[in-house]
Amino acid sequence: MPETPSDPLIHARGLTKRFGEFTAVDAIDFDVAVGESFGFLGPNGAGKTSTMRMIGCTSPISDGTLQVMGMDPALHGPQIRARLGVVPQQDTLDTELTVRENLAIYGRYFGLSRAEVGRRADELLEFAQLTERANDRVEPLSGGMKRRLTIARSLINEPTLLLLDEPTTGLDPQARHLLWDRLYRLKQRGVTLVLTTHYMDEAEQLCDRLVVMDKARIVAEGSPRELIEHYSTREVTELRFAPGIAETLDGQLDGIAQRVEHLPDRILLYADDGEAAAVAVHQRGLKPETVLVRRSSLEDVFLRLTGRSLVD
Amino acid sequence: MTALARPRPTSTVSRVFEHRWLQYRRTFRASIFSSFLSPILFLTAMGIGLGSYVSDSAVDDIGGVSYLVFLAPGLLAATAMQSAAFEATFPIMGGLVWNKVFRAMFATPITARDITLGNLAWIAARLTMIATVFTLVMVAFGAAESPLVVLAVPAAVLTGMAFAAPIMAFSATQKTPNKFNAVFRFGITPLFLFSGTFFPLDSIPEGLRPLAWVTPLYHGADLSRALSLGTVLDDPVLAVIHVAVLAACVVAGTLAAFYTIERTLVRG
Repeated sequence: MPETPSDPLIHARGLTKRFGEFTAVDAIDFDVAVGESFGFLGPNGAGKTSTMRMIGCTSPISDGTLQVMGMDPALHGPQIRARLGVVPQQDTLDTELTVRENLAIYGRYFGLSRAEVGRRADELLEFAQLTERANDRVEPLSGGMKRRLTIARSLINEPTLLLLDEPTTGLDPQARHLLWDRLYRLKQRGVTLVLTTHYMDEAEQLCDRLVVMDKARIVAEGSPRELIEHYSTREVTELRFAPGIAETLDGQLDGIAQRVEHLPDRILLYADDGEAAAVAVHQRGLKPETVLVRRSSLEDVFLRLTGRSLVD
Repeated sequence: MTALARPRPTSTVSRVFEHRWLQYRRTFRASIFSSFLSPILFLTAMGIGLGSYVSDSAVDDIGGVSYLVFLAPGLLAATAMQSAAFEATFPIMGGLVWNKVFRAMFATPITARDITLGNLAWIAARLTMIATVFTLVMVAFGAAESPLVVLAVPAAVLTGMAFAAPIMAFSATQKTPNKFNAVFRFGITPLFLFSGTFFPLDSIPEGLRPLAWVTPLYHGADLSRALSLGTVLDDPVLAVIHVAVLAACVVAGTLAAFYTIERTLVRG
């Protein structure tokens, strides 16, 4: 058998993807262990989807080495894909078929018998909370329901590794929380999750470990907590000033915080005690319109690493 | 680790076929009805209606048979061509671009070749249904002269596939259906009219005849006609050439479709 428990499920060294002159993924290294929940965090165009497609064995690598479950995607694509669950960024459901038919035919692609597919489809409908819609066509379902169906579909072959490319992008908060709950249950069952996201909260909720990608490269790696501790302060104080005021503050905020970040719409003060920083601002006679003290998040890590916010 | 869920390579193509069947099932009845209706209308209007104006002297040019008998097998081949062209354009764009179901398949053990072959197999099955219905109507109209007409069904299917495979290869290169109109307007319709379907090739200027020779529909229409009239054994070499030309189009088109479909799926 190609792997032992100690071997990583995914092993990448110098992994590169080029499209003509354009380098989408530039020599990245990472390993994903069995049972781990691993994330690629980064803005659009950072190379996350290209990386996922190489892992999913639908896009050949341009350079470097990649092993998935101990196998080479170039040689064993169909064998690897037999044990993968894939949730693509855009739904690829057959909108003309019913919810249940979508699950059943997908199971058939893996060579499962009709009886087995029927049994698993019923379970997965329950898991995705779609049992009542089983015989409805997919077309009129809400975005959240389609996403849950796509995730249910990706589980029909009981995959060893689940790849989720921006699983909750475009969903309303309630739908996102429901999806996170389902993904958390899979994680509890020991399914290895690899996901991409440009949402900090999603990465913090779901990932044991993540890499931050920017411009085709990995710029940081660690658990959400480690990254925040390493690249940010414990707290952040956000100041919003009336239009035109922020530009006149030159130097007046110096020394209040370990780091000051000027964004187009607000100023961020990075300090371990955010309340103290807020008090200091007022003591200097500055009058921001709003003051918000919050805990540091991965958003701040990203800002620190790249000088840009994640979601523009 | 438990046994690897190794896909059985022989059955991957049939799973793609199964998907097309599942899609088709809900429109099955309406489609059977219309596949009877179309040949009935055509053979009545063109074969019997228009045919009654075809003079006795012209009958000699079309082999001494009634216009209906002349027309029907040509129309059978042309119908197969049209159906094939339709099946090889919009459903392929649907699977690759619109609802992306081929991309969903490609994330499973199904390969690009399986998707290509499964869809071609499905088109062949559809053409078999359409050609069988058409031939039944022909026989009911008394438009078949020979029992060999049963072989006109596979001949028509082969004719359709000679179009389906290359058109599928083309469809996989397109991101929008805009050029499909051109395929039909400048490809399918002229062939439909000028490939020996409605009148023998002898009627068109001599300089243009070689053009007809290189189009698959001429070979398909002539082969179907020879089978329907029972004259195929008068010139067996010609029949073999017809089959060879059509088969060559199928093979070349399939190889091209392997390439373009895989390229489109890999590009993402």
